Amino acid sequence: MHLLNLYNCLNTYLVVGALLFGFGIYGLVSRRTIIGMLISSELVLAAASVNFMAFNRFTAPDPAVGQIFTLFIMAIAAAEAAIAVSIVIAVYRNYKSIDTEDIVDLHG
Amino acid sequence: MQEFICQTSANPSLFSAEGFVGLIFLVTIGLIVAGALVATCARRLVRSVAGLALCFTGVAGMYYFLLAPFVAMMQMLIYVGAVAILIAFAIMMATPEEGDLPGRRISALAGPLGFATGALLFAALTVLAIRTPWQVFPREGSADMKHIGTVLLTSHSMVFELISIVLLIAIIGALVLARRGRN
Repeated sequence: MHLLNLYNCLNTYLVVGALLFGFGIYGLVSRRTIIGMLISSELVLAAASVNFMAFNRFTAPDPAVGQIFTLFIMAIAAAEAAIAVSIVIAVYRNYKSIDTEDIVDLHG
Repeated sequence: MQEFICQTSANPSLFSAEGFVGLIFLVTIGLIVAGALVATCARRLVRSVAGLALCFTGVAGMYYFLLAPFVAMMQMLIYVGAVAILIAFAIMMATPEEGDLPGRRISALAGPLGFATGALLFAALTVLAIRTPWQVFPREGSADMKHIGTVLLTSHSMVFELISIVLLIAIIGALVLARRGRN
């Protein structure tokens, strides 16, 4: 495995996917605003797509199926982003804040 | 060779065509890492969205290296062009006047524990990816656009229809949620 031959190896893509997943989980736990958490969840979805595409390129018999699955992930991510943004706007209209520490009405 | 699935085990020089392609791939990985770092660690949300767009651009380049130029184009169109812009709109519409939110979570442990969780998951998944002997199946189909379209509308047509219903419901739900409370 040479440094300039990394793009031909499956493990490179899997490690990049794991890195994106780790960043996404870290952001989900540590961000304080809803929009920051939404951005981090998009990173997690990108990590899943990278893994699907990597296995699709290197191990799968039919190279179209992984691409179609990635396209479905993109559609779900777009729908999720639209719903999440409208929820953020509704929360902001009611609370004048997007801080997760302020939205604690059900906190006992 | 069973543990490291590589198409070729060549050792190209930096000034050959393959070496230059490898250099571009390293730049792509750098884009992804830098974008993810900015997206998770930036204090201001606008910079975070810019980092997210950078990271998605790097992922699109990686799809190009995975021999899927159509998915790379869709990544640029949907993620960079639509999702990042949508989040930027949300930041413009729903952020308090001061813009950034100083301070951290009330529990001081959230940052370090989150970092520990993310690092642990990254390490575990990396070890799992490298240690596992992945099984390689022989190629059957081609990866061109015509074959993708045929498979999408024949063996995956049910999922295709369902995803359009999901998108329709998402549009209606977003409208209902965002319009409620406005008089």
